[in-house]
Amino acid sequence: FSPVGKMFRPVVRLSTSGVRSLTRTRPCYSAPLASRCYSHAKVETDEEFDARWVTYFSKPDIDAWELKKGMNTLIGYDLVPEPKILDSALRACRRLNDLASAIRILEAVKDKSGPHKDIYPYLIQELQPTLIELGISTPEDLGMDIL
Amino acid sequence: MLTSRALVRGLKSGFWRPLSSTSSVQAAHGKDMSPDVLDPSVPQYNNRLDTPLSDVPFVRNLNSEQRQLKEKEKGPWTKLTKEEKIALYRLTHELTYPEMRRGSSEWKTVLGGVFIFLGFSGMLVWWQRIYVFGEVPHTLSDEWVEKQTQRMIDMRINPVGGFAYHWDYVKKQWK
Repeated sequence: FSPVGKMFRPVVRLSTSGVRSLTRTRPCYSAPLASRCYSHAKVETDEEFDARWVTYFSKPDIDAWELKKGMNTLIGYDLVPEPKILDSALRACRRLNDLASAIRILEAVKDKSGPHKDIYPYLIQELQPTLIELGISTPEDLGMDIL
Repeated sequence: MLTSRALVRGLKSGFWRPLSSTSSVQAAHGKDMSPDVLDPSVPQYNNRLDTPLSDVPFVRNLNSEQRQLKEKEKGPWTKLTKEEKIALYRLTHELTYPEMRRGSSEWKTVLGGVFIFLGFSGMLVWWQRIYVFGEVPHTLSDEWVEKQTQRMIDMRINPVGGFAYHWDYVKKQWK
């Protein structure tokens, strides 16, 4: 029984001391209402996320495994990648001489957009210069978007 | 000791065979039919929406034509024709995303099967009704029910909210 009592004592102290003492002891909280126990980890901004992934795919000697791993992980996230990340990935495919993966990436992001049918045309529009430069045909061009 | 070894051997040769039941289909599609493909401990090809790039390409043993195409892939892709691009895609991937997402007509088979069995059960129930069940008791005949109803009215069954309540004793008819 006594260990349990010891466990609860500090919690009781926290709750009775109230909000004010918490802000005094923890200077990183700016607003009095922020006495929630959020993690202190820094939240990555969208730009940082994009930059990180662009850098990942921009590695000059990226190998096939890294491309696959990166792409599969990226598709696993709850988002549609920005055109600049896809551009970087497509160029990685070019360095690896892998056209099939390039087309697959385009299919995957279209599928990832789900019901939001306006995302994919936007991506293709943004990627158009890269697609033309590298000679990547979209799945629509190849007739692979229909059964 | 001996039995477990025999069991393992039996498992290896005989048990895993059902996994290759579609082997003819797979061979037609150019999938590797070596025991390697049936070995789950080795990277496999799979069609998954959430894994766009699979661990291994769909077709691994390339014939000379395909190898030439792969060589051409190392050059500018602008020089590839549409058919070549499609061929390259199909070498690495078995199914496109729309093909993966395609549904099947299996539900029709299932529903049809369900109805067949329901119908069959209905047939059995009907046969049973005719050939197994005896006659209905005479107390359910129209004549009897008429006399019964009259008796119930005369006895004032449930006069407040039930049976006799609905009979108009003045006009001698149902309300």
